[in-house]
Amino acid sequence: MQEYDIVIIGGGPAGLAAAISAKEDGIDNILVLERDNQLGGILNQCIHNGFGLHTFKEELTGPEYAQRFIDKAKDMHIPCKLNTMVLDLNSDKVITAVNEEDGIIEIRAKSIILAMGCRERPRGAVNIPGSRCAGIYTAGAAQKFVNVEGYMPGKEVVILGSGDIGLIMARRMTLEGAKVKAVVELMPYSSGLKRNIVQCLDDFNIPLKLSYTVTNIKGNERVEGVTIAAVDENRKPIKGTEEFIPCDTLLLSVGLLPENELSRNADVKLSNITGGPEVDDSLQTNVEGIFACGNVLHVHDLVDNVTAESYNAGKNAARYVKGTKFDGTKIEVVATNGVRYTVPKYINPENVEKSIDVRFRVGDTFKDRFISVYFDENREMHIKKRILAPGEMEAVKLTKAMFEKYQNCSKITIMVEGE
Amino acid sequence: MFDVTIIGTGIVGCAIARELSKYKLSICVVDKDTDVANGTTKANSAIVHAGFDAKTGSLKGKLNAIGNAMFDKLSEDLDFHFKRIGSLVLCFDGKDINKLHELKEQGIKNGVPKLEILDRDKLSEMEPNISKDVVAALYAPTGGIVCPYEMTIALAENAHTNGVEFNFEREVTNIEKVENSYAIKTNKGDIETKIVINAAGLFADEINNMISKNEIHIMPRKGEYCLFDKSVGNMISKTIFQLPNKMGKGVLVTPTVDGNLLIGPNAMEVEDKNDLTTTTEGIDEILSKASLSIKQVPVRQVITSFSGLRAHSTNNDFIIGEQIDAENFINAAGIESPGLSSAPAIAEMIRDIVVDKLQPKKNDKFNPIRKGIPKFREMNNEERKGLIAKDSRYGKMICRCETVTEGEIINAIRRPLGAKTLDGIKRRTRAGMGRCQSGFCAPKIVEILARELNLKPTEVTKFGGNSNILVGKDKETI
Repeated sequence: MQEYDIVIIGGGPAGLAAAISAKEDGIDNILVLERDNQLGGILNQCIHNGFGLHTFKEELTGPEYAQRFIDKAKDMHIPCKLNTMVLDLNSDKVITAVNEEDGIIEIRAKSIILAMGCRERPRGAVNIPGSRCAGIYTAGAAQKFVNVEGYMPGKEVVILGSGDIGLIMARRMTLEGAKVKAVVELMPYSSGLKRNIVQCLDDFNIPLKLSYTVTNIKGNERVEGVTIAAVDENRKPIKGTEEFIPCDTLLLSVGLLPENELSRNADVKLSNITGGPEVDDSLQTNVEGIFACGNVLHVHDLVDNVTAESYNAGKNAARYVKGTKFDGTKIEVVATNGVRYTVPKYINPENVEKSIDVRFRVGDTFKDRFISVYFDENREMHIKKRILAPGEMEAVKLTKAMFEKYQNCSKITIMVEGE
Repeated sequence: MFDVTIIGTGIVGCAIARELSKYKLSICVVDKDTDVANGTTKANSAIVHAGFDAKTGSLKGKLNAIGNAMFDKLSEDLDFHFKRIGSLVLCFDGKDINKLHELKEQGIKNGVPKLEILDRDKLSEMEPNISKDVVAALYAPTGGIVCPYEMTIALAENAHTNGVEFNFEREVTNIEKVENSYAIKTNKGDIETKIVINAAGLFADEINNMISKNEIHIMPRKGEYCLFDKSVGNMISKTIFQLPNKMGKGVLVTPTVDGNLLIGPNAMEVEDKNDLTTTTEGIDEILSKASLSIKQVPVRQVITSFSGLRAHSTNNDFIIGEQIDAENFINAAGIESPGLSSAPAIAEMIRDIVVDKLQPKKNDKFNPIRKGIPKFREMNNEERKGLIAKDSRYGKMICRCETVTEGEIINAIRRPLGAKTLDGIKRRTRAGMGRCQSGFCAPKIVEILARELNLKPTEVTKFGGNSNILVGKDKETI
């Protein structure tokens, strides 16, 4: 059994930032486990730009953004095992992993940082009817084929789902020579970033069909076309609105799910809303010494937010190894009335140094509303928002002063309000 | 000239091939597809029925229980998964209990052992997640689950090892009687054979009608299914049927032998023998019917839906035996449920006919044992260490959802009748069958297939024909 102070599961942007920050805080005996053959995670296939505007105040591509962290981890001599798949994790913080060189590895860690990222929802999760022929891919798989392998999965494309990966792939497929005939979105709004709708669809005259869905896939061996139809307010297809679009490819961008199979093995409590662990302000899960950050915790909009969050997780894991306990009385943060969830879900006011960022997403689009924060029944924050959309992550900064003002607060509530 | 040519490599064709390979016979198997188990065999309920369901006196009623009893030995010899988990037929109305008794009586006549009627209390104990509306059930401990394509691959590999010749992508276009033999016309030349065995599944009518005036008709009858994540695979422990009532035949809910939960099927007559589409109505129907059987259908855990086609013959029973107007042309046709359960017994029945005709000697070199691909996910860590020490590629994970290593994928390609397509890999190793449904591993498997089979990545297909995964290089069309 190998012993480490901190083991980070996942060498993507979250894992790298957490590792760097833990090392900066003086923990040397750390290890990053990465299942792929290189560090950087999904950023390696995100060759478009737009990364790092917040972190580095410049616009980088995914691989460039990742490389900054890979270089730093290398400079700091942070040990990483590549091509290493974690098979099991238990609540005693024992990891079982496998790779070609070492075979089966068993590791006990004082602290573990979960940074496994997320995966795409497959076709079955949305039960799209029709044929099961070749030519149906998740947008991420298509992105890997095109950007990493250099091969085109199709020539005439319809994309279901207007999440960021779907939007980005609409542009990428176009740039690589395919014809993207439509991006079809079930909801009346896109779940992607506004800037992606403008830069990936509008700039290339790709139609975005809001409140539409794919109702049939035609084809025996390879996709020959899809039928799309408008949906009503219950998201059910409206008879008579069907339209057949000939194409050889359907890409799916129908949502991301945090990959928490390992967390579940370790008895980590997961949120029904995010699919990620429920964490407190230190990003510790219900299992002492197990922290979580990045898309395994909740699906982020910008990698810059992943980086900031993961620095925090690394710092807190380091503090934990040095003896700090993140227990004590915690206040629950309740998401309601348009706010779907918050991260963290619990805050211990004693741990708040200057302030704490509470991140969340709304469940619908709202215009000219307010984000309100209540400490028990007292409205402490009331921020005007011209527009709120599910695709953009929101945050409020709760200050030390607020917690001092409401010393006996038992519940913090965050909601969308009209007035 | 072959002694025997079998048309079709589904469960029935492959079971017959393996059974006949116990004799000194020259045997050829042909299939229009690229792989075995590509028709009805690949998509069905994967149930080894106990045998109470079919009418006593029918071939279905006769062969089911006999076939069922043969699975333990077969799964042991051929290294495929089979679990005798038992089955329940749920009764939702006290007035229908007599129908349970009728089923039980029929089962006893069909030779089904240990049938028992259970009351509500016993049921709750056995299956805590069963619906509150269930009043009683027929319990058949001999019911089981199996993976139909895994079993078919095992049968085919073993037949092949024992000397049977397999021909894929060879479509039969006609059959002609030549003196004392047959000339089977195919897209790749003629096959001369003394005996023809028609195990062509959905297309068995077309094959039969090429040579016989005694026409048969196979109606494709579609059934749709939903497959759920392994996290809910243990919701129930047995295969759960519904007692047919005025609302129809009902759907089943069952764990699969690989640990998922499966519900379905509905039944719809379709025109096209290639129509494997799913429909919104069909999926809604099975989800809603399944909700009668279990407390809560975990709809958020669906990982895929699919449909299969039953090869339903218009005379409502298996058609097994020599065609009356075509000597040495033997049908194994109209094989729908309980066809999978009956397959080993059907193979023996066909064997008896062939042995009677050709009087062959036993094949002393017949080896009944086939070892499957090592399954990393089922091993303990000591076994894994040993495997990786021998071949480090068993330490390289390709499919993270189903824990399938590169070693297993290469083994699947290189073994007898090895995988040539993505679906071939999937059915031999389960790579791509997990919760991400191949999103992560498909690019890696395309690469491995291309490398191992010396193909361009653009030549790799999902299941042969024009089912290519990739259509060209980036910017090629600009």
